[in-house]
Amino acid sequence: MTPDANSKPRLAPGCRLSENNQQRVLLMPERALRLNGPSLEIVQRCDGQHTVRQIITDLQQIYSKAEPKKVETDILGYLTLLHDQRALDFDA
Amino acid sequence: MTSARTNPLALIAELTHRCPLHCVYCSNPLELRSRANELDTQTWSRVFREAAELGVLQADFTGGEPLARTDILELVRAARTAGLYINLITSGLPLDEARLDALLAAGLDHLQLSFQGAREEIAAEISGTKSHAQKLRVLEWLKSRRVAVTLNFVIHRRNIDQLAEMLALAESSSATRVEFAHVQYYGWAFANRERLLPTREQVAHSIEFFKRAQQRLSGKIRIEYVVPDYYAKYPKPCMGGWGRKLMLITPTGEALPCHAAQIIPELHFENVRDRDLREIWENSAAFQKFRGEAWMQEPCKTCDRREQDFGGCRCQALLLTGDASATDPVCSLAPTRGNVDAILEALNAPSAAEPTLTTPAWLYRLNPA
Repeated sequence: MTPDANSKPRLAPGCRLSENNQQRVLLMPERALRLNGPSLEIVQRCDGQHTVRQIITDLQQIYSKAEPKKVETDILGYLTLLHDQRALDFDA
Repeated sequence: MTSARTNPLALIAELTHRCPLHCVYCSNPLELRSRANELDTQTWSRVFREAAELGVLQADFTGGEPLARTDILELVRAARTAGLYINLITSGLPLDEARLDALLAAGLDHLQLSFQGAREEIAAEISGTKSHAQKLRVLEWLKSRRVAVTLNFVIHRRNIDQLAEMLALAESSSATRVEFAHVQYYGWAFANRERLLPTREQVAHSIEFFKRAQQRLSGKIRIEYVVPDYYAKYPKPCMGGWGRKLMLITPTGEALPCHAAQIIPELHFENVRDRDLREIWENSAAFQKFRGEAWMQEPCKTCDRREQDFGGCRCQALLLTGDASATDPVCSLAPTRGNVDAILEALNAPSAAEPTLTTPAWLYRLNPA
């Protein structure tokens, strides 16, 4: 599935941001993802407040040297991956 | 040579061997530790802090039944304060709604509810108790609470034909993850293997079932399955490699590289009462013993797969060949693969389809003194 631009991604129950030895990680049932740069910027905004469109706009500004369309594609891909791992819910 | 040391990622905390269930495949050792010798709250709390400092991200609270500990809320708080993610693996028997809420308030992240089957009858036979109805109640309570839920089904010959019912139960719950883990043959399960090991045909059907289920439920429920490695072509990367990712602490404080390691006679295990966790992880003889590749025999020593499966399981090598350093005999390249094939041939012979009167009765897991 591709996330709806108006939906608001939120970390699923049992998934949370944490830090260990200066490394930010997304903790979830029986696994953990190391977060750096863009992946951290995305996950920090998965708070049920930001829409997918807002996340895209924010990151296009932060990574203004990158091709905007590429930033959008990468974000949608990453959100889909997190959803497939059951780390995200999308609020309407 | 010893390969570069890694940090452990998860700490398996066997808080107690006490349990209201008596499952015939329990992963606890045959020699169970008594309550009087269990680690106290303070020692566990120190272990959690040392684990987090060592780079551990997750704690798996297990047992026995971890809720048999009267200080479970303090232990959850201590591990959470140390910075760990907390998985609780429980039978659900000692739970009520108030205790569940208290656990969540203390910081529990993920509850794994173990099931012995999809129906009361088989669950009662396997666990030697009546517990299925209570598990169904727990599933209802979980629906209205914000916590990650996994259903753990342990699979064997007597319930492998009920997978569809188990999956339906998971789909009707709030679980986002289901584990269908086939029994692994150590300890109590090794003693009951003759009645637990499924046929080749059952295993093939189950794999098809799991693949279809994964496809259908993608994005809804994550389905993980483990098939019996006796039927595998290559061994499992047991524990992700000896002393590479996981550390297990027994109820009385011994630090082990895996659940069954104490069956290996030549190993001595350090105790967290006497040593810092980092010291044990980095330097203890038991964790060094099968770390890296120096200990390997042929064919592992020169095998292209040695960095994928790390030679398989040391305990299985011991149980099935008498040598803990041998290649895991389930490997098709192992010189001792014949030992496993002989077991499978006897089981899959047309005349051996169902247990008979001469099949030994279940050996139920006891409770510690």
